[in-house]
Amino acid sequence: MAVTAVDRPVDYTDLAKRSVAAGVITLILGSLLVGLETVPTPNGGSMQLEPRYRALICAAVGIAVVYCLVELLKVGRAMPALIGGLAMLAAFAVLEWAKIQGLPLGDQLPFNSWVVNWGVMLVPISLVLRALLMMHRAGRPAAVQQAGHKEDGFAAFYLKYNKLFGTLLIAIAVALPFAPFADRRLVDIGTLVLTYVMLGWGLNIVVGLAGLLDLGYVAFYAIGAYTYAMTSINFGLSFWLALPVAGALAASFGIILGFPVLRLRGDYLAIVTLGFGEMIRIIITNWWWFTGGPNGINDIPRPSLFGLVFERNAPKGQETFAHFFGIGYLPIQRVIFLYFVILMFALGTNLFTLRIRKLPISRAWEALREDETACRALGINPRNTKLTAFAIGAMFAGMAGSFFAARQGFISPESFVFLESAVILAIVVLGGLGTQIGVVLAAVLLIGMPEYFRSLQDYRMLAFGIGMVLIMIWRPGGILSHRSPTIFLNRGKAKP
Amino acid sequence: MSEGPLLSVEHLTMRFGGLVAVDDVSFSARDRQITGVIGPNGAGKTTVFNCLTGFYKPSVGRLTLTGRRGSFLLEQMDGYRIAQRAGVARTFQNIRLFPGMSVLENLIVAQHNKLMRASGYTFGGLIGLAGYRRAERAAVEKAREWLERVRLVPMADWDAGNLPYGGQRRLEIARAMCTDPDLLCLDEPAAGLNARESAELNQLLLSIRDEQKIGILLIEHDMSVVMGISDHIVVLDYGRKIADGTPTQIRNDPAVIRAYLGEAEEDENPAAEGAKA
Repeated sequence: MAVTAVDRPVDYTDLAKRSVAAGVITLILGSLLVGLETVPTPNGGSMQLEPRYRALICAAVGIAVVYCLVELLKVGRAMPALIGGLAMLAAFAVLEWAKIQGLPLGDQLPFNSWVVNWGVMLVPISLVLRALLMMHRAGRPAAVQQAGHKEDGFAAFYLKYNKLFGTLLIAIAVALPFAPFADRRLVDIGTLVLTYVMLGWGLNIVVGLAGLLDLGYVAFYAIGAYTYAMTSINFGLSFWLALPVAGALAASFGIILGFPVLRLRGDYLAIVTLGFGEMIRIIITNWWWFTGGPNGINDIPRPSLFGLVFERNAPKGQETFAHFFGIGYLPIQRVIFLYFVILMFALGTNLFTLRIRKLPISRAWEALREDETACRALGINPRNTKLTAFAIGAMFAGMAGSFFAARQGFISPESFVFLESAVILAIVVLGGLGTQIGVVLAAVLLIGMPEYFRSLQDYRMLAFGIGMVLIMIWRPGGILSHRSPTIFLNRGKAKP
Repeated sequence: MSEGPLLSVEHLTMRFGGLVAVDDVSFSARDRQITGVIGPNGAGKTTVFNCLTGFYKPSVGRLTLTGRRGSFLLEQMDGYRIAQRAGVARTFQNIRLFPGMSVLENLIVAQHNKLMRASGYTFGGLIGLAGYRRAERAAVEKAREWLERVRLVPMADWDAGNLPYGGQRRLEIARAMCTDPDLLCLDEPAAGLNARESAELNQLLLSIRDEQKIGILLIEHDMSVVMGISDHIVVLDYGRKIADGTPTQIRNDPAVIRAYLGEAEEDENPAAEGAKA
């Protein structure tokens, strides 16, 4: 990234060779993926393959050109990237205009889908931006000198405004349901995202702090959900009474899982926890007379606000929220109430984690993650320390689970498949192990965005995949992967 | 406690399958003394250490530690309990710090059991009891003391993994001392140190012996360290004890000379390299 090296010589023959190679490789790799399309036969009934030469050749040539421009950009030649990027954008604009006008030229757009066409345009846009940025920097040699200093600017920026950022996020979360653009769908998505934030924060204790890779986390979520559903239906326990029961039961299961896996680390631990997650789901599915089996449990009571229910007409002996406050009944009141319940839960989890990070148990978790043998030599009991991590992580999953059951009103084993564990783990890893705000950003990115852009159909999953790949390329440690010590001796002095 | 030995090892034997790594070794280590354990590579020194600190369960033998906390039979205790209850701390041949945690945190983790009690096993700490805050301040003070002694105060907030090698060695000793041990076991603390650092280490160990008034058990290849500061030396070879005495006695012991420098007719003895170092 040497910006100053404008006069560095470029081996154009070599560059041309490598660009052509990039194009050819794209051509070969894409010949089946992009080059062939399955379409229905004209008489219907079956499918046939149809070649897509235009898209394939556009992609290959595009990759070759972009590769060449990026390489030139890397050795400090910004002008070709700028011109090339602008040319691509201009060509696209002309074709798009032609399409809108209905001219035959409009059919020449490289891809059949407008989403892909517009998505591809992100490439020249980023090229132009990078080129402009480089030209801007080249004018200021002082700033250039810092290029050699490898500083994580994003994490540093975040650390500087840590408190502000957190407060801002909470303020946004509180204000969201009352925003003018907030409809029922948005608040629902917010509730879903917050559920995953809470799960992410809970799993972060196990994976991020204690370093125990748990692939069966959803089992505790399921245990919490079934605990609430079954206690409320069989014993009439209210949501708020069932909550600690669900948490405690999930924590006990955490300890039960923890015992046999105490000696396992890394991959082996992951496999056993994965098995545990599946076991719980299979038991729930097959123990039909107890759990309702694959049919699940229906008509789970909704949570109330200090006995005020969110219904149009109050059941006997109860009062509705709308009646108590003398306002009209709106179905969205319940949605907003649930949103605030999970917001409170999530913030509670966060507060708990922030507090416990200052306590010896959390430092022992981290020490255990770093070196178990050394921990043993210091007199730390690895068994109890690990079991606490499992139990506390499971407790939060159990509470989130009972919220899930209360919100849905219906649960079945299908909600607790392995994919859920994987998604929660992905949130934690992408967010950055051990960080709190990273988990929020990752949950918004992984849960909120695909849910919000549901109308984009399959492309949202494509974008999801591309997003994951980009995060792993640019921020391999997660979106925010900075760990700051929990205690300081020389606060404010220079650090290495 | 000057009457009886701090640690007495009786008939310690450790077998791994058919291999006898330590064969009927008996020795004792006294309070306020530095006891050196030396021997050629593969003599079983680290195995003795691992038995003492509970990483291995000895096949045969009795290990008794009689310190300020009472008398313990180490061979019957779990690894972490030996550090927690009996007061035996150790360092490792290949340094084992918590590299991703700060230097100060490394020393705070070493005081885990004390802080755990102070935090009411987490419950009291969660609701913010004053007792825990006091205990934590005391722990930081203790850590600062040790950081001063090993000259790491300016680096207190660095990640431990970023310390230079010598600093990591010193930090590991400071961390072991933060557990308030009665017996400090050091596995080759001078390995990889240059002459100046090695001399500093000697001073540190002597000051720990004299000021903390504890026993130190020291495995070492570096003869200048062992001979210079040990009050008492035990020599192992092929899992057996071949000599036991003061540095002067050991230097003149024919069995030791034979083990280290080889028989007259044997030219190739890899162990000799360690002795020359």
